[in-house]
Amino acid sequence: MPSTFETVAGIISETCDIPRENITPDSHAINDLGIDSLDFLDVAFAIDKAFGIKMPLEQWTQDVNEGRVSSDQYFVLKDLCANIDNLVAAKVV
Amino acid sequence: MRLEYFQMVDRIAELDPAGGTVRAECRVPEASPVFEGHFPGYPLLPGVLMIEAMAQTGGWLVLAVLRFRRMPFLAQVKEAKLRTFVTPGQALQVEARLLHDGSGYAMVESSIASGERKVADAQITYRVVPFPNDTLHAQMLETARRIAVPECFMNG
Repeated sequence: MPSTFETVAGIISETCDIPRENITPDSHAINDLGIDSLDFLDVAFAIDKAFGIKMPLEQWTQDVNEGRVSSDQYFVLKDLCANIDNLVAAKVV
Repeated sequence: MRLEYFQMVDRIAELDPAGGTVRAECRVPEASPVFEGHFPGYPLLPGVLMIEAMAQTGGWLVLAVLRFRRMPFLAQVKEAKLRTFVTPGQALQVEARLLHDGSGYAMVESSIASGERKVADAQITYRVVPFPNDTLHAQMLETARRIAVPECFMNG
């Protein structure tokens, strides 16, 4: 079974036409990979479907816009994957 | 349809927010200034207005799912296929099915038929945001009543 990162990297590569080898756990989806907000909706859709979750993008965006957290916490892929794992775990419980 | 006012949906015939489906009825007007340019002597419903009809039908579904607490704005159209010409006076049935109710976005797949004939289909993405003001919210509720959206899906 692929890791969360492998699944997410595959989704980003396919959805945004980014070479898979350019996507690392330390990549920032926006700043490094250049994914814009519209493309990120496609990524979010594919992630939601793949993991059976509903990523709280509105809350995350609000957190970043209001300066409560750095965008790294949600958009650096290793951190994004940790958030996805938490959402999956919360779903199981 | 009142093309000049972008009122594409005449009536919501079926609406099932829990099941994620909607069906709307739309009749192309016999006359409209739109047909003076599209095209002179050969009036056709513009393809972009077919897409708008699908987007609005899916939009009513998203509004009902969210009980009109948030507003869907068209963000993306994928795989749009305009299969046949549509002429003045034609009756259209527009359907949409919710693919995903995400956080801040929603996706539907929608199609138009005229009788048994497929007319168009597309996958549509909306950004879903709080209503920007009370005027728009009130107007959407008023329009919803006019096109027979059941009152029970307008709040709660």
